[in-house]
Amino acid sequence: MIETDILIIGAGPVGLFTVFEAGLLKLRCHLIDALPQPGGQCAEIYPKKPIYDIPAFPEVLAGDLVDNLMRQIEPFKPGFTLGERADQIEETEDGHFIVTTNRGTVHKAPVIAIAARLGSFEPRKPPVPNLADFEDKGVEYIIKDPNFYKGKKVVISGGGDSALDWTIFLAEGVASEVTMIHRRNSFRGHPDSVQKVLDMAGAGKINLMTEAEVVGIDGDVHVEGVVVKTKEGEKKISTDHWVPLFGLSPKLGPIADWKLNISKNAIEVNTFDYSTNVPGIYAIGDINTYPGKLKLILCGFHEATLMVQSAFKRIYPDKNYVLKYTTVNGVNGF
Amino acid sequence: MSIIKVTIVDRDGTSHELEAPTDMGMNMMELCKSYELPVEGTCGGMAMCASCHMYIQSDHELPEMSEDEESMLDSAFFVEDNSRLGCQIHLADDMDGLTVKLAEVGD
Repeated sequence: MIETDILIIGAGPVGLFTVFEAGLLKLRCHLIDALPQPGGQCAEIYPKKPIYDIPAFPEVLAGDLVDNLMRQIEPFKPGFTLGERADQIEETEDGHFIVTTNRGTVHKAPVIAIAARLGSFEPRKPPVPNLADFEDKGVEYIIKDPNFYKGKKVVISGGGDSALDWTIFLAEGVASEVTMIHRRNSFRGHPDSVQKVLDMAGAGKINLMTEAEVVGIDGDVHVEGVVVKTKEGEKKISTDHWVPLFGLSPKLGPIADWKLNISKNAIEVNTFDYSTNVPGIYAIGDINTYPGKLKLILCGFHEATLMVQSAFKRIYPDKNYVLKYTTVNGVNGF
Repeated sequence: MSIIKVTIVDRDGTSHELEAPTDMGMNMMELCKSYELPVEGTCGGMAMCASCHMYIQSDHELPEMSEDEESMLDSAFFVEDNSRLGCQIHLADDMDGLTVKLAEVGD
């Protein structure tokens, strides 16, 4: 079990900066994030996009902002549980929280800070009526282990890099048959991968269907085939697996069941200290809401700073604390 | 100050005729949000989430799609020939009378 002072859910810019402000108060932090690397949306979706409203940075790339934050918090040695989603929460009798991830990693802390923007990034699911019936029964949104498809017939949907790359990989001696289905005629992936897929289709190594879309799934218990809508009408393709690869979108996910007051997909907080209705659980950054809320990184930094003061009082109710300036005292890490 | 009229048909089929300023640097996603219509604008307007996916129902000539918008619509659902991302449509005077319908949001 991982124990810490503040368990931060979400390793985006606001979650990362919380480590710094907490560290100044000698509080240790551990972060959980569903993505495999820290940085949240900044690192995952737009690392090369400039941000212009971080004070004192006329322009900073989102990826650089994350790198700088990682450097800034390094002295405070935060722990990370990455690639796992915080799923369950329990309160212990001594006022601590136990948070368990979808992979079973257990964390314990007296304070939880939810800095998860809109929740965790989850695969986008195509609107096919009986999709849910076949999840993990032939429908997979993520390819975890390519050997799983050894000797199987696979249909891949999507036109981006992951769809292209997996099509190429599975068609080279893994799957017995690969069909790639894409809604348009052009692909938005890396030009080399696009060319490779087109060459493979030309050579008959894969079955490429463009201007086509999967609209239904056939099968009793497990996927046996998919229904594909093309310009010429509907067509059935027999397959063992259907892998729709349409990227990720944020979902509030299990946090929605944590008995927190939620309004319009955001967690209601008290602006005094960004506490939620559950004492000990705070929400900061884009995931919270209050009158006048602005979803800006810089506001999240402010919220994190005030939040750790309240967390300190919760953890050490009898200790007095006075604000110290880093210019005077420097940064004393762990 | 310049104001145009824009009609937004929401997902229930209700029409909202809105006054839209063209001198505020606003786009259709932001216009919907400013009137509290159910558009998330999750990515903030970077053509990266398709939560502002809408269908253009009037015959206005709109600026062409950027590559970013095309690739996002590529992985969106319920896409039709008249699909656009609201965040990529910047309000301009020649859009007076524009009518759009909000697309379904997928799961």
